[in-house]
Amino acid sequence: MTNLSVEAIAQIEQPLPGAPDNWKRFFSFSTDHKVIGIQYLVTAFFFFLIGGLLAMVMRGELITPESDLVDRAVYNAMFTMHGTIMLFLWTFPALLGLSNYLVPLMIGAKDMAFPKLNAVAFWMVPVFGFILMASFFVPGGPSQSGWWAYPPVSLQNPTGNLITGQTLWLVAVAISGVASIMGAVNFVTTIARMRAPGMYWFRMPVFVWTVLAAQIIQLVGLPALTAGAIMLLLDITAGTSFFDPAKGGDPVLFQHFFWFYSHPAVYVIILPIFGVFSEIFPVYARKPLFGYKVVAISSLVITGLSAVVWVHHMFASGTPGWMRMLFMATTMLISVPTGIKVFAWVATIWGGKLRLNTPMLFALGGLTMFVFAGVTGIMLAAVPFDIHVNNTYFVVGHFHYVIYGATVMGMYAAIYHWFPKMTGRMYSEGLGKLHFALTFIGTNLNFFPMHPLGLMGMPRRVASYDPEFAFWNVIASLGGFLLGMSTLPFLLNIIGSWVQGEQAPKNPWRAIGLEWLISSPPSAENFEELPIVIAEPYGYGKSEPLVSNPDALEVAHESR
Amino acid sequence: MNPAEVDQSLNTLGAPSQPPAREATHGHDDAGNRMFGFIVFLLSESVIFFSFFVGYIVYKTSAPEWLPAGVTGLEIREPAINTVVLVSSSFVIYVAERFLHDKNIWGFRGFWLLTALMGSYFLYGQAVEWRGLSFGLTDGVFGGTFYLLTGFHGLHVLTGVLLQLIMLGRSFLPGNYDKGEFGVAATSLFWHFVDVIWIILFVLIYVWQ
Repeated sequence: MTNLSVEAIAQIEQPLPGAPDNWKRFFSFSTDHKVIGIQYLVTAFFFFLIGGLLAMVMRGELITPESDLVDRAVYNAMFTMHGTIMLFLWTFPALLGLSNYLVPLMIGAKDMAFPKLNAVAFWMVPVFGFILMASFFVPGGPSQSGWWAYPPVSLQNPTGNLITGQTLWLVAVAISGVASIMGAVNFVTTIARMRAPGMYWFRMPVFVWTVLAAQIIQLVGLPALTAGAIMLLLDITAGTSFFDPAKGGDPVLFQHFFWFYSHPAVYVIILPIFGVFSEIFPVYARKPLFGYKVVAISSLVITGLSAVVWVHHMFASGTPGWMRMLFMATTMLISVPTGIKVFAWVATIWGGKLRLNTPMLFALGGLTMFVFAGVTGIMLAAVPFDIHVNNTYFVVGHFHYVIYGATVMGMYAAIYHWFPKMTGRMYSEGLGKLHFALTFIGTNLNFFPMHPLGLMGMPRRVASYDPEFAFWNVIASLGGFLLGMSTLPFLLNIIGSWVQGEQAPKNPWRAIGLEWLISSPPSAENFEELPIVIAEPYGYGKSEPLVSNPDALEVAHESR
Repeated sequence: MNPAEVDQSLNTLGAPSQPPAREATHGHDDAGNRMFGFIVFLLSESVIFFSFFVGYIVYKTSAPEWLPAGVTGLEIREPAINTVVLVSSSFVIYVAERFLHDKNIWGFRGFWLLTALMGSYFLYGQAVEWRGLSFGLTDGVFGGTFYLLTGFHGLHVLTGVLLQLIMLGRSFLPGNYDKGEFGVAATSLFWHFVDVIWIILFVLIYVWQ
């Protein structure tokens, strides 16, 4: 393709990634997985800011023991919407965006298996985001029953309207579920059947393994929540009594349906982050990933175990003793594959030539906080301890270390690491490091105090509390405001660098992977010729080529 | 879907996980991808039914009051006839598929239409049964689970019949099915799925009383 003349190049009318009207395709029904990936990421980050704003109002309420900033009902609506937005409109779509962008590039495919389905699944995100936001404006306000919508609380309908915050919440979650199933079918098919020649299972980057493991969880777990949600919706709208104890229903059954999906959902969130860690550490330590095959397989082990741990959320729900023991054991067992990964990452970093730039700092910070969250997770898995701190701030602290400490830090690491590939521009390292420092300090200030608060007995989801809890709450609130501020250098960096950053080369990090063999940003069709993979991933320190046709991959007329 | 791209999809079913050793320049097995994706979707869909079944078993074994007042049980004769019709339609649709495979398009249309008619009879029988029942959706967890399970399954039967009619219509496009048809194979698979679900449902609701 290098023999094209200059005139021929000028005649080709391609949507050049660097063209001036380039931004328009991000507002179109594009079927390009890279455009969809960025659409997901930007949409999700918008909702991240809304969810964060709600969290800051809540922290503002909790900075004093009295309930003085917002009405208690408004406070209930806020923590419900905060949790729902952060899970269904930030972490899930953001990770789907990352997976959408990276999986086809990493396995050497020109697009996803079903590009149109992919676009439809994305456009459902703004739709259900809009429906969820609309619940602020219906009589009675948004749902107040928390993101888990336990009956009988979620069955209450004091206004008597059919369209309440709770029904809108259920509709939004249902649409989110449909979109997630579409995405999961697409990812599993793509990974199983669209790999480039020579890209055998055990040559796939760990990120692809973790996406596969996470999407299998969606396929198995999400339908259970759908079943529970259908029954809850019928209870609210049609007058059935599935979960209404006053009419012979069983509210605990809803908890089973809910947690059978919603605990594994945490693994849907954290598994791709494990993948991000596994991609980033070898690059900036200049060493192959330690124990690649074991790390890859342990993702699927987590998928398997994730289906048998859900009752640990229900130790205080009148669960029989044998069930408590059984699920305590399975829950602790899941720390084995997770621990294997942590040891593999530490062994990868150990003795490496570390380069502490922004993505590496975020990955290291995320790993540290994940280990902390893992320790408190094991504590919570023990029935006696869990009964003691059930529904206290200890639980809130634990999962925010997972969801913010590990997941959001990992997301930031991934965004910085692949930013040059996605935009063709380099980000500002100084602003990136400032962003890291603010995020790391803010996260610990915000979420560490929740642990002593929980041990002291402060319940979660309250707008007012005993003055003895004030000290740690003030620190947590300051941390919360700092976290809000920490997004400013990030936004400045991302927008500024995208507009006028330095041009990025193909492979600024000297990383090994198919996505780094093509231009930044890649052309619409990714690869001129499908790569023929001849080596295992992470060949750092070895001088073996990854593909046999590196010069044929580039789409010639779009090379810079 | 683009019929020009459609290949004999069932041929690719046997080895969905083979390493993709395809031509290096472009293209992939679209029909095979669709079938693989559809099977993944059906597996996922079956978990919804599985969840409803588990819910039914939990309610039946633990509910303080199972049958609503004045209800003694379910009549089994009519539903059994319905079951026979639905289960045999799975064999009829298979015959239709064989006719298509052997390029006998009118044989395919005949048996395909027969399948749709048997599915419609099933829906009719279900409607007749619902009309004759003395309890409703809101009569305790028994009424709730009964109408939820049969209704959700009925929606799937309705979807299957509609898909069959669409595929029947598409068979009149000239040359459309010359190289086999993903839609026909997928509809057929969906029909078998709906059938197996009904057998479990029938055993749970009607046989186990």
